[in-house]
Amino acid sequence: MIARSLSKRMANALVPALPFLWLGIFFLAPFFIVLKISLSDPAVAQPPYRPAFEWGDLAGFFSRLDLENFTTLVSDDLYLSATLSSIRIAGIATILLLLVGFPIAYAMARAPARHRGLLVALIILPFWTSFLIRIYAWIAILKPEGLLNQGLMALGAISEPLHILNSEVAVYIGLVYGYLPFMVLPLYASLEKMDDTLIEAALDLGSPPWRTFWTITVPLAMPGVIAGSLLCFIPAVGEFVIPDLLGGSETLMIGRQLWSEFFSNRDWPLASAVAILLLIILVVPIVIYRDVESRRLEPRP
Amino acid sequence: MGAVRRSFAPWADPTERPLIRFENVTKRFGDAVAVDRLSLDIFEREFFCLLGPSGCGKTTLMRMLAGFEQPSEGSITLADRDLAGVPPYRRPVNMMFQSYALFPHMNVERNIGFGLRQDGLPRAEIAARVDEMLRLVQLERLAKRYPSQLSGGQCQRVALARALAKRPKLLLLDEPLGALDKKLREETQFELMDLQHALGMTFVVVTHDQEEAMTMADRIAVMDHGRIVQVATPGEIYEQPKTRFIAEFVGDVNILEGRVRGQQDGLWQVESSSAHGPLTVDDADEVLQNGQAIAIAVRPEKMVIHRGEPPPDALNVLRGEVWDIGYLGDWTVYRIKLPSGAIVRVTRANRSRFVDNPIDWDEQVHVTFAPDAAVILAE
Repeated sequence: MIARSLSKRMANALVPALPFLWLGIFFLAPFFIVLKISLSDPAVAQPPYRPAFEWGDLAGFFSRLDLENFTTLVSDDLYLSATLSSIRIAGIATILLLLVGFPIAYAMARAPARHRGLLVALIILPFWTSFLIRIYAWIAILKPEGLLNQGLMALGAISEPLHILNSEVAVYIGLVYGYLPFMVLPLYASLEKMDDTLIEAALDLGSPPWRTFWTITVPLAMPGVIAGSLLCFIPAVGEFVIPDLLGGSETLMIGRQLWSEFFSNRDWPLASAVAILLLIILVVPIVIYRDVESRRLEPRP
Repeated sequence: MGAVRRSFAPWADPTERPLIRFENVTKRFGDAVAVDRLSLDIFEREFFCLLGPSGCGKTTLMRMLAGFEQPSEGSITLADRDLAGVPPYRRPVNMMFQSYALFPHMNVERNIGFGLRQDGLPRAEIAARVDEMLRLVQLERLAKRYPSQLSGGQCQRVALARALAKRPKLLLLDEPLGALDKKLREETQFELMDLQHALGMTFVVVTHDQEEAMTMADRIAVMDHGRIVQVATPGEIYEQPKTRFIAEFVGDVNILEGRVRGQQDGLWQVESSSAHGPLTVDDADEVLQNGQAIAIAVRPEKMVIHRGEPPPDALNVLRGEVWDIGYLGDWTVYRIKLPSGAIVRVTRANRSRFVDNPIDWDEQVHVTFAPDAAVILAE
């Protein structure tokens, strides 16, 4: 009896602990490993770095603390401009995603209830194919002799093939295409549960439909807008595959930089420092979002 | 006759022009007919109730007034202006929604001021009007609260204030008290009546609650299957229901079925299996044939229970056995089983606190009612 209640209590304590355990094993531990590598020096060895310290020798670690790699990141223009360029590209892509995703989500939420399940399934459908393959498919579409140019030339819209592939435009196309479900689904979720009588009430009080959209629909969809934007912006900043396959040599993105430090230059410590920097950049919007959310959900007086 | 005479009766004045006129309005949703060739006049300053069971078309009628639905046929005019094609945001009509439909991202003040901001009024005027509304519904202290921080009764007041803020010609109220508990509902009924009187507005209320309609309305339209069965004052609806549906929908009623035997001194003689002798009913308005099947409707409070023999001059006597007694505090309800198997309800006001030797279960009693207490309903 006592043993049973004990095991039950342990189970009750374990359930909320599970997500923490998961985060501990798969996020926190790797994070510390990467942090440790970022503080060491590169070397021609296997693995290619000289550890700056041993686990367990914390006092010695702090006395010999070496931020050399982070100094490099700050002093070398390349990393700063790659970071800014990533944020810019991800920001523009997020705005494009909002512009494309909102009408889709709105139409889905307005569709008859019996069709909505199918529409959601269709939005998720591309996930059945590998992301990499789908991005490769865009190469075939965008290249000078690709489907898009052939189509436009057949229609007589253009006489010369457009050079879209290996440009920033191609990166935007790839980002919007690849992240659209992550924008549409949270938007749809917040639009779908919106009470239609609120719209009617606004119309009844003299607000024409377009103004009602801005004063009622958009503010109430804000949680979806923010969630969708974060879900797209954060991975887009660190995106590697899309700029690498679709972007040109001048498309500078921090994820690509990370890859080349790691694989081309075999400078693991510097690559790790880039990864830490990326993480810090991405934590900022999340913290801002949480702050806004907690202020929005003011406690009852 | 119990019908209340009111001095306000524009519907009785043929020279009066109605504020709202429905003319042969039909509304179809696919194959379903929600409103069926309906005509109705509503006058200025009237407190008008649309009463009926769910699905009778009353809400559709109201939504057509607000502009959310367009009639399939027929026309609706408001102050002699045809409303066809006029969108909701251009109608001088405001609505209080059943769910209140308060904007969750705006505080009380901004909710109430929403309609005024749409009209582009100057800020100072909006603020003054919002303050006036807050005072009117006694919510001054809660101006900065959000709807999620209010009780149901407070939300109801905000919704009302928001709908009143633009001083519409016509205010529509969709089940305005449906979400309130009984005590609050009764208080609010009287508040709504006072408010309507003070503001001199026309109110159209949709409700399925007959008590609510009886209390508040100047006139009630009882609807069934997309048509209006009767439009009349609450007193007329209760005392002179036109059909059995109305008699049964509004208040409690005993229905005695029978056949017309003839007319004597202007009173109808009716043969009924419920009574030994013929029943005498004073309902001169009805035109009936001998032998015609009819129903006699008698309200429970208009029947009297007698222990032992009924008074010798009583015209309508039913004999029966006390089947059930329900004590309600102010009233006691007796259910009397007649030899025919039918059960009649008789209510009696409890005038004193203690009764010696009260009427008991299984007792043999007589029930009588006066000829003018009953109404004949043609089948």
